[in-house]
Amino acid sequence: MRLLRNLIKTFVAYAFLAGSISLLAGGGVVNPYWVQILELACIVAISAQGLNIIYGHTGLFSLGHAAFYGIGAYTAAYLMKMYGGQSQAAFLAALLAGGGAAAAVACLIGLPTLRLTSDYLGIATLGFGIIMKVVFDSADRFLPELGGARGMTGIAKMTTVPWVVFFLLASLLVVRNMIHSSYGRAILSIREDEIAAETMGIDTFQYKMVGFVTGCTFAGVAGGLYAHLYAFLHPSNFDFFKSIDILVIVVLGGLGNMSGTLVASFGWIFLLEGLRVVLPPGYVELRWVLIPVLLIVTMLLRPQGIFGTREFPFLRGKVYR
Amino acid sequence: MMLEIRGLTKHFGGIRAVDGVDLHLGEGELVGLIGPNGSGKTTVFNLVTGIYRADAGSVTLKGENLVGLPPHRINRLGVARTFQNIRLFRNLTVMDNVRIAHHSHLGYGPVAALCRTGRFYNGEKELNGIVEVFLSIFSLQNRKNDIAGSLSYGDQRKLEIARALASKPEVLLLDEPAAGMNPYEVGRLMEFILAIRDRFRISILLIEHQMRLVMGICERLAVMDFGQVIARGLPSEIRENRKVIEAYLGEDVAIE
Repeated sequence: MRLLRNLIKTFVAYAFLAGSISLLAGGGVVNPYWVQILELACIVAISAQGLNIIYGHTGLFSLGHAAFYGIGAYTAAYLMKMYGGQSQAAFLAALLAGGGAAAAVACLIGLPTLRLTSDYLGIATLGFGIIMKVVFDSADRFLPELGGARGMTGIAKMTTVPWVVFFLLASLLVVRNMIHSSYGRAILSIREDEIAAETMGIDTFQYKMVGFVTGCTFAGVAGGLYAHLYAFLHPSNFDFFKSIDILVIVVLGGLGNMSGTLVASFGWIFLLEGLRVVLPPGYVELRWVLIPVLLIVTMLLRPQGIFGTREFPFLRGKVYR
Repeated sequence: MMLEIRGLTKHFGGIRAVDGVDLHLGEGELVGLIGPNGSGKTTVFNLVTGIYRADAGSVTLKGENLVGLPPHRINRLGVARTFQNIRLFRNLTVMDNVRIAHHSHLGYGPVAALCRTGRFYNGEKELNGIVEVFLSIFSLQNRKNDIAGSLSYGDQRKLEIARALASKPEVLLLDEPAAGMNPYEVGRLMEFILAIRDRFRISILLIEHQMRLVMGICERLAVMDFGQVIARGLPSEIRENRKVIEAYLGEDVAIE
């Protein structure tokens, strides 16, 4: 009964969000350019929730999040281009395949490194991110459709408001329900004290894998949505600096804070684009001066992140307290 | 025999931290492990719980081998411990600390958690009851929503014991449970330890420096010095033991 009630509540929230944004966009109230920015913000938010699981909840330092985002993007784009056409069902399958590909690669990275302490994962993912950039750059050598350093074109524009809102809501629900269950608490205990967790019966290696692979899956799905938003992929969209962008969002939002990560994702994207409008032509690059300044100020004034430990009501999800 | 340790040895470089230690713990027994600082007591605990791997010797729980198993497996087989330098999940609530220790006995699966089925809600309700039980033993139930790191030192030590108990052990290893407690708290702690032993029918091995506690509640004692057991016996015997006095106070004092 409760399951049914939760499902209905979620569906109503989804229908309201996706419907109202689509209406505003379709009715010409919001200009299509800003709708696209909103979609991008949702996609970045999904990817950031993924890194929040890895770094914020599990306490694993990953510097290669954009590589998993890229794996999802190229996988989904390739599958759609070759076999999908314009089918919505195929798009869903391609997105899940993108997430699956990112998850599979995350398993390969995690299996050897997660038995060691967290620092090794940082180094491994840093190296992996750089390797993947090279792979994307020269991808046309083994699959000409991927375009390599010239970029990948001919991708269908499949990403719409209902799709991004659906996956954003789904990702938030997954994180919330996971973290406020015994499995999530097992993951948090690793961040708190790995040795204590292990001696209290928590298989820390297993739960580090769960955290890392889940987080990378989110990045993969987000990548697939991104690929079909602009219909163009370029390796520079998935380099080391893109990993840092997501890391900054998670730190700004407050490690382990879902609401903060959500708000910081939107803030980050809209600030980047908003400054493009506000700054006089020729000074647009000043954005890269203003944003670090903002970051430093936030770190000084609110080191615990913009939200601290508070969460939006719909993200609280604690059953007992 | 609950826990049996034979010839346990661990070297760190050239140092023999634990050198051929034999110890046993019968069902429901309360045994004290004492000795000067650096004599290898905590290393014995780390070897039994799998944090270090023994170089030689055997550790068995009810006849089952523990050497070489990862710590979480050893805990699931029935060994729980506390730490000398408190290792709580500091940023989580008191309640979460206890709930996490009960994770291996959880009544719902990951799918039930993600979909929030009835099974998940029932499981969480059951967990809530378990938390109440363990916290009320140590009068911590009013602090259950507080952050563990905000508790007083004595309460943190108690919470560590509550957390260890929530993992349903048969053998409990307490590493200096009374460290930093005032005489009144030590008296209360002695009552707690005896009470939980009887209530949960567990065997307890404890490391402690406060002689009042050791002599007051332990049924047998083993004394370690330089990685070896130098004496064992009843508390009254250990008090008179010449080797023990030498180990604690130095040879000259003992001769006088």
